[in-house]
Amino acid sequence: MIPEFGQFSLILAFCLSVLLGTLPLAGAATGNGLWMGLGRPLSAGLFVFLGICLFILGHAFVTDDFSVRVVAAQSNSLLPMQYKMTALWGGHEGSFLLWTFMLSGWIFAVSVFSGSMPREFVARVLGVLGLLCASYILFMLATSNPFDRMAPVPPADGADLNTALQDIGFILHPPTLYMGYVGYSVVFAFAIAALLSGRLDAAWARWSRPWANVSWAILTIGIALGSWWAYYELGWGGWWAWDPVENPPLITWLFGAALIHSLAVTEKRRVFKSWTVLLAILAFAGSLLGTFITRSGLLTSVHAFASDPSRGVFILGILGISVGGALLLYAIRAPLIKSEFGFGSLSREVFLLANNIILVVAAASVFLGTLFPMFYQALTGDLISIGPPYFNLIFVPLMIVLVMLLGIGPISRWKKTSGGYLRRQLGKLALASLALGVALPLIVLLEISLPATIAVALALWIVLTISRDLLVKTANKPGRWQGLRSLTYGYYGMQGAHFGVAIMLVGVALTSWFSTETSVLLRPGETVALGSYEFRFDGSERIAGPNYQADRATVLVTRDGAPVADLYPELRVYLASGTPSTEMAIDAGLMRDLFVTPGEIRDNGAWTMTVYVKPFVRWIWLGAIIMSLGATLAATDRRYRKLAGRRRESVVADITGGQGSLQPAPGVSP
Amino acid sequence: MMKPHRRKRLGIILFIAAGLSVAIGLTLFALSQNINMFYSPTAVANGEVEAGTMFRIGGMVKDGSVDQRQDSLAVRFVTTDYVHDVPIEYEGILPDLFREGQGIVAEGRLDSAGVFQASRVLAKHDENYMSPEVRAAMEQAGASPENHPFRESPED
Repeated sequence: MIPEFGQFSLILAFCLSVLLGTLPLAGAATGNGLWMGLGRPLSAGLFVFLGICLFILGHAFVTDDFSVRVVAAQSNSLLPMQYKMTALWGGHEGSFLLWTFMLSGWIFAVSVFSGSMPREFVARVLGVLGLLCASYILFMLATSNPFDRMAPVPPADGADLNTALQDIGFILHPPTLYMGYVGYSVVFAFAIAALLSGRLDAAWARWSRPWANVSWAILTIGIALGSWWAYYELGWGGWWAWDPVENPPLITWLFGAALIHSLAVTEKRRVFKSWTVLLAILAFAGSLLGTFITRSGLLTSVHAFASDPSRGVFILGILGISVGGALLLYAIRAPLIKSEFGFGSLSREVFLLANNIILVVAAASVFLGTLFPMFYQALTGDLISIGPPYFNLIFVPLMIVLVMLLGIGPISRWKKTSGGYLRRQLGKLALASLALGVALPLIVLLEISLPATIAVALALWIVLTISRDLLVKTANKPGRWQGLRSLTYGYYGMQGAHFGVAIMLVGVALTSWFSTETSVLLRPGETVALGSYEFRFDGSERIAGPNYQADRATVLVTRDGAPVADLYPELRVYLASGTPSTEMAIDAGLMRDLFVTPGEIRDNGAWTMTVYVKPFVRWIWLGAIIMSLGATLAATDRRYRKLAGRRRESVVADITGGQGSLQPAPGVSP
Repeated sequence: MMKPHRRKRLGIILFIAAGLSVAIGLTLFALSQNINMFYSPTAVANGEVEAGTMFRIGGMVKDGSVDQRQDSLAVRFVTTDYVHDVPIEYEGILPDLFREGQGIVAEGRLDSAGVFQASRVLAKHDENYMSPEVRAAMEQAGASPENHPFRESPED
């Protein structure tokens, strides 16, 4: 009976979302205060009822109610409790319910943290989000009901959760990624609300900024968790494969990064307005594209769910209507938007414009590479795939240019910067980072390595320009400490995120270039050398896990005769499904990871295995964490709270350190 | 004469247009260099692929065809779409779920003897999902496919 309550509350949530998607919007259009006021209670109700749905489905998983189809398909009575709870998002239906619940959570958050915005604006934002939520719930009710029963007789036990998913990465990665993804719905709704009202002003940009930052911060962590999980679970030592389902989050992330920068310009300088709106729409489209690719089964991927064409068509419909409608609205409204300030050809605006172009080109090329096989097949009938070299060829030069600009942008001034000023500020830093970039790898490696030089020089360039900027920004204050304290969270957030870029850059470049690996067949007692490390296979034993049996090998790693680590890779067979699974063993370190992937056991007790040494691989995820913290810190800047109280006032004061123009805005935005 | 702000706007537009065209040119070049075609065993047997071209092949692992050397990582097997067979050689660790009678996709080149030298082998990953590539290969050959998705093997 309980799952039927879930079904019932899903239908109730649908009714609430339809009301939320209509009444506040109609109220905002007609000036009906009562209807606009319904936005907040409806949001709360939607959140509660979708929460009940999620709880009831979770209850079915925890209590092994195999009469519910998704439980029978994705769970098993032997499954450890943490995976029973999270098996909920191990399939299409449950994960879409989680996705929709996340959206209702964001809607609720908007309704709570929007007290200072005009009620028409809040009503429109909640209305747009309500429409979106209604379409998701309709999708569930029509094609993917998570509460479907097994008819007529439920199975005695479930088919089990895919063994590759029985891992901490599966507990963390999907919810975080979804939360980041869905956050872009909020930014999208803000943009649509602004288009509807025709008031794309600095206030709109300021309201959007914390949401854009937080969504991006969460998405960053979500992607990084996926990368980390793939790294140790898939067992080929890679942290990014340009898989068709990895790419849409990256596309969204790149658009999101461009949006954060563009919003800053729109708020401070009132230019790039229509561009910013377009980016908000594109970032949202990227998030829906991810859903579409994962759930339509169109592309080959490790992520794809069981495919069902009707679902793909439905999601494509949601994508087409929401993004198409938004673009139509944009086309109607954009010509009315006027940018107010001019700017010189050498100014912070121009550097941020270049940032945006690079990020958007990067996103577009990932999009092209991801969907090209599909278009190609539709046109010619031939099946093709696009390999990682394509993406690397595009990405590496773009990111090198981006990082060079990243050093200049924060130091340059709004409106107009003289070339001489930039040369004075940055000339020596550029030489210093280049010199150290050549020297450091030479000292460590005793050879000249171009990739290491580029990576180290660029990372130092970021770090040195950040330090320089801190010195400049605090130079006029009576004391350094006071100077540092006078800088805002927004400023520290920006520089923190930029520092994260430096860390990630080092990780990506050095791991990609200096990783070594070898596949070998080892009898017990045999050794294989890789770089300065020796891996000795010390035999294996049979062990029993909670829902699997395994052969566990012992691999002793030494360096110059001194023991470094014991590694225990496993070959498991899961009892419920009989599926074999390999478990890598990793010794993680800040400077290098040692990594063993088992292959198979031969008759004479020998194992095949691949051993890896991966320098600096942890820096990739460390960099992502720092970026994410930076974006979050910037979102907590005091002015978003303090200034939020005043409506529609012109904000021109340059908060990032007072070196910009402080003159008041001539004229009010349309 | 153009007004200064018009000229500036034109400058920005030209800047963006130049950047975009360079980017598009670069992208298309990169794309054209990195297309891997997919062929079924029948297409390979019909000589549609030249020796030395990098491509992907997909099909079932023929029953009884897997010849695993006991003293090395070299393995030889036959992939089939139940109409034609193509022998594959690979040196490395096969994915967990590599089995006889199941779908695989291999990436590599044909050598002069007509043997596919694989640099990567992808195999089944989950019961409920199948690769569109193998499904298409099976359908082209007129065999009825089973559901088989993929897991990447260690890259060589």
